[in-house]
Formats: sequence, structure tokens, C-alpha cells
Amino acid sequence: MGRYFLHRMSLMAPTLIAISALIFLVIQLPPGDYLSNQVAELRAQGEEANLDKIAFMRSEFGFDRPLIERYGVWIGVWPGANGFSGFLQGNWGWSFEYNKPVREVLGDSLALTVLLNFATVLVIYLIAFPIGILSAAWQYSLADYGFTFLGYIGLATPNFLLSLILLYYANLWFGLSIGGLMAPEYIDAAWSWGKARSVLEHLVIPVLVIGGGGAAAMIRRLRANLLDELQKPYVTTALAKGLTPFRVLLKYPLRMALNPFIADIGDLLPQMVSGSVIVSVVLNLPTIGPVLLQALRSQDHYLAGFILLFAALLTVIGMAVSDLLLALLDPRIRLSGRPAA
Amino acid sequence: MNDGAPDPLPHFVSHAPYDTGRDISLTASAAPQWRLVLQKLRRRRMAYVSGLFLLLVYASLPFSEIIAPYALEDRNADYLFAPPQAVHLFHEGEFAGPFVYAYKGVANLNLFRWDYVIDHNRIQPLRFFCSGAEYEFWGRWKADFHLVCPDRNGVLHLLGTDRLGRDMLSRVIYGTRISLSIGLIGISISFVLALLIGGMAGYFGGLIDSLALRLIEIIRAMPELPLWMALSAALPVNWSPLAVYAGLTAILGLLDWPGLARAVRAKLMVLREEDFATAAILMGAGPGRLIGRHLLPNFMSHLIASATLSIPSMILGETALSFLGLGLRPPVTSWGVLLVEAQNIAAISSYPWIMLPMAPVILVVLAFNFFGDGLRDAADPYR
Repeated sequence: MGRYFLHRMSLMAPTLIAISALIFLVIQLPPGDYLSNQVAELRAQGEEANLDKIAFMRSEFGFDRPLIERYGVWIGVWPGANGFSGFLQGNWGWSFEYNKPVREVLGDSLALTVLLNFATVLVIYLIAFPIGILSAAWQYSLADYGFTFLGYIGLATPNFLLSLILLYYANLWFGLSIGGLMAPEYIDAAWSWGKARSVLEHLVIPVLVIGGGGAAAMIRRLRANLLDELQKPYVTTALAKGLTPFRVLLKYPLRMALNPFIADIGDLLPQMVSGSVIVSVVLNLPTIGPVLLQALRSQDHYLAGFILLFAALLTVIGMAVSDLLLALLDPRIRLSGRPAA
Repeated sequence: MNDGAPDPLPHFVSHAPYDTGRDISLTASAAPQWRLVLQKLRRRRMAYVSGLFLLLVYASLPFSEIIAPYALEDRNADYLFAPPQAVHLFHEGEFAGPFVYAYKGVANLNLFRWDYVIDHNRIQPLRFFCSGAEYEFWGRWKADFHLVCPDRNGVLHLLGTDRLGRDMLSRVIYGTRISLSIGLIGISISFVLALLIGGMAGYFGGLIDSLALRLIEIIRAMPELPLWMALSAALPVNWSPLAVYAGLTAILGLLDWPGLARAVRAKLMVLREEDFATAAILMGAGPGRLIGRHLLPNFMSHLIASATLSIPSMILGETALSFLGLGLRPPVTSWGVLLVEAQNIAAISSYPWIMLPMAPVILVVLAFNFFGDGLRDAADPYR
């Protein structure tokens, strides 16, 4: 297992390097940058005093250096104006718009993003597992048809539209706003049970909205896999030997059908992170989503770059975890990397 | 057998002459593959109906100007945020043809909004194949022919109007043209890329294969939407709306190919080891001919089915980006651009009909899912 772990981790490094380079390229793409926009604005106002400060910032952030050097400084493998100071040294960059380090701008929103996505994964499992088994064990039953139909709707309704609809009906029927992270009276209050409860209540809708599509996809996969397994002769043998159908189901076919259950999370994660970004914008949740949107609009490119990298990191780590869990579950995968003895 | 001699067993025997040609035409050996696929598809009711629906919608795209009762930017300042009108057939128990009741805005000074009062005495019959609001067909020829028009002095807002008094139905119909064409053009770009990259990786193997695989892994590990957002934010602000449309389509297409490319690669790797592939090589076929003529046709129908299933993600991508204000910009009108208005919770609670552009999005995505699923099952007609 230790060997597989090392192998999997060593795969992650080149992926992350490539992704960070890609992201750096993308955020440098727009013509102009925040500082030159600022200069143009100041010139238009006839103000020259601040130009010195901006010229200082330009050299401070290495805007006059070639692209590859700036990337190196950003990552922390090339000395910048203040020596080595990049991600590897724990410096996440500077937000021009807020005039603060990125770390301070983001603050709690990173933790909330992780919490939201983690909760979504849990909810997907909690929903998909029983329903998938149910609709495979009682194939073509009323429940099966009902869940299949719901699943189609769930897959087809884009999550940001769903959250808009929910926003509207929550307002219409209950007169409450489901947007935001907590009820308005708690916003400046100290942490208490009431505040924590309010936060949890406000997370229910976003988690369901983001996880709905993923759960539907997973139910379909689990059902199909379980149905394949249930037709195999060993099930008949087990039944003939006198095991109860329920015990047979849990003991053999379910275990065989579990693999994709773990593996799929790796495929679903990018979708979920995407979903959490746009749903947060609609529901006004203080995750990285709204900050990213604003940063992209104002070309605050270190802030945008860090958020993109964080989102990518979240999926890459999630995929690695799902692979490791899979290896823990299934010795065939764990041992396949090894040379034949 | 059944010529005159009584049938000893009481079962039904058809006396119609047996037509050998009919059955042969249906067997795999005689009918072309697309007919077998179509035949199998027809048996899946939902997929078939969805396919017909999509065909109809796409066929209507060139004629948006004629189908919409108003032109895209027609404003009527007397009907701001007017609610949808219902089409009636009977007026006071008498058949009066399809018509709508006239309605009029009354300023509500308590809530600072317009309330609309329906006048049940004034009927405004719909006109069909009529001349109405003037428009430029395909932006070129001036015309005023419509499928359906409001009464000469009346209005017709079947889905209500927006903030500026523009007809929602007409705008949704114009939006369909943009939203659906983005899906189609985007998938063509991604399809070609997938064939090229997946084909090379699968056929040549080795270094090219591992490079392509790495690239696929990296693109798949990136959450789609944030990357789309960053790329479309990078489109220069001074580009014309049409250039932004082209740029956005390219972005959606350029990031969508990895899934398809993986499928192409996997299939090619299996097929190139088959005997018929070896035979073709021995007879002097180059890589291009071998792949295009001998290997690809084996799984083209599967590829088309998978491609169909990824069109909705492009349509949704455009909708999401425009909704966030990073995608298309007015005057180019897509469903996402229309939904920008629905971001305001105060507006949608007073005027819920501005959320209606959501309906075609969901319908089309659902139809693509049903159709793609059916197509995937029907893609292998020999099973």
C-alpha cells in the first residue's frame, strides 16, 4: 500500500506543475493588467503623484520581467524582488483590488469552500447508496421508475437555474431568503450554537443543488453495475445454498459493484467544484466563487490565479484520495503497479 | 403446406403471399447501417420523440425572424414588465378564433410598479401569416412577414415583457438561434480535435500516446467552469459582440475534446490489432486511409452518440457564462443573456415571468439527454 501511495503521489506533482503553468498563462492572457488600467485611469484624472507608487509596484511584482521568470517568482522557484517568495514559501500573492495579500482577502472562504464540497460528497453518497441499491434490487418497480425519472430531471436541470427556482419559491412560499451563509442577525455575532445552526440550515439547499446532478449520475451507475452482478451465476449458487436474498445482496454483488462508487467521485469532483462556484454566486455564499468572478472582471490576476489553482488543487487531491481509497478497497489495483514477481 | 389442406391445429396462418424481399431488406447484410440504427431508435419512444423535437427546433433556427411575433429590439414603453397573456378561443360562450384580451398598465404608486388590468370586453384576435413588426431578415433584407402577429392596434405578449417592454417570447426565439448554434459549432470543433488527437494517440502509441494522455488528464482535472470563466474573461473588451460569440464558441469547443478523445484512443488501440487492419496495411493502406476508411467507421455511430451527449454541457456552459456576465453581451441575445435579468431576486419575485427563458434550456438539455441515450443504445444495431 505504501508503494502505491508513493506512486500515486509522484503522479500528482507533474500534473500540478502543468496545471499551474496553464493557469498562469490563462490569467496573463487578457491584454493589459490591473496596474496599467490604474495608470490610464490616473492619467485621465490628471493625477501624476501616484504614478511613482505604481511604477514601484510594477517592479515589485516583476511586471517588467519575461513571462517565464514571473511564473517562477509566482511559484517560488525564482528569486523575485524580495528573494524567493512564492507558493512554495507560503506567499499566495497580492490582490491589487483589495490592496491586501490574497491570504487575507480569501480568509474563511477557502475553508467554507472545502466544507461545502466535502458535505456535497457526503450527501451524494448518502443519497445515491440506498437509492441505487433499492432501484437495482426492485428493478422496474414503481420506486425504480420514480427515481429514474427524478434522476433524468436532476441531470438535465442546470444547478444554477435550480438554485434560482428554489430562491424564488422559498421567497414565495415561506417568505424567507435562502441566500447568504446565515440569517442576517448572526452576521456580526460571535460564534454560538444558534449561529452554527443557522449556517448549517443555509448550507442544506446549496449542498442539495450542487450534489443533485452528481447523485443522479451515481445512482444510474450503481444500479447498472448491481444489475450486471445480480445476473451472475454465483448469486444463484448463494441463493440455492439457502442464504436470504438480502444477505446475498449485501455480501457479494454489492461489494463487486462498489468500485465505481468510489472511483466516480474522482470524475464528479471537477463538476462539483464548478457547481459550487456558480451556485455560490447565485445564492450569495461567501465561498471562492463570487471572489473569483469579481477578480476576473477587474483583472486582479494574482487573486484569480490563486483561486483557480486552489480549485484545481481541490479536484486533484480529491481524485488522488478516491484512487487511494479504491486501492485500499481492491487489491487488484493496489498490486497492479508492481512488477510481476 | 396451407394450400387447401385443412390445418390440423387451430392456429392462425396468414394466407398473404410471402414477400421474401421484405425480410431480407431488414437483415443486417442488406440494409445500410444508418437505417438499422434509425429503426432501432424508433422503438425507443422517448429518444425518438426527443430527436424529432430537436430536429424541429434546429430546423426553425434560420426562420427565427418569421416565427417571432416582434423584432428583437422592439420596445413598447406602454408595456413595461407586462405579464404573459393567455390565448382564448371562446368569447362569452361564442367561438371567436384564437384571441387575447386587451390589457393596460396602471401605475401602482404604493409599490412603485405597473399593475396590468385585463379588459374582458376588448378582444384582440391573432393574425396569422401576416405583416407586422419590421425586421431585417438575416440582418440583410427588410421584411415584415410573420407567422403570427398581434391585432392591428393590440399587443401580443405570450410570455410577457421585460424591463424595457420587449416581448419575451420573441427574445427567447431569437436566443434559441444563438444558444443552439453555439452547441453545434462547439461540438464540431471538439469532435475534430478528438478525432485528430485521440486518433494519433491510439494509432501511433508510444510517446505521442503518453503525451496525449497527460494532456487529457490535466484538462480533465481542471474544474471546467472556473477555467471557462477565466478564458472568457480574457476575451478583449473591445471585441465586437460577434467576435466574442466566435471566441466563446472556440473556448467551449477547445476544452471539451478530452472525453471523446479518450474514447477514440481506446477503440483504435483495440481495432488496429484486428486482422482486417493488418490486411489493409499489407495491401498498402497508409495511416490516414486505414484510420479513416477501415477503423473509424467501426465506431463512428458510438462517437456521434457520445458527441450528442456532450452538446448539452456546451449549451449550459454558454448559458452559465452569459448569466455570470462573462459570456455573450447584448445585442447578441442568448438564453443566458436573457437570464441575466433574472439574477435580481426582487425582480423575479415581482415579475416571475422573466425566469421563463429557463424553460427552453431545460427542455433542450433534457431532449438531448434522452436522444443521446437512445442513440447510444441504438448505435450498435447488430446486437
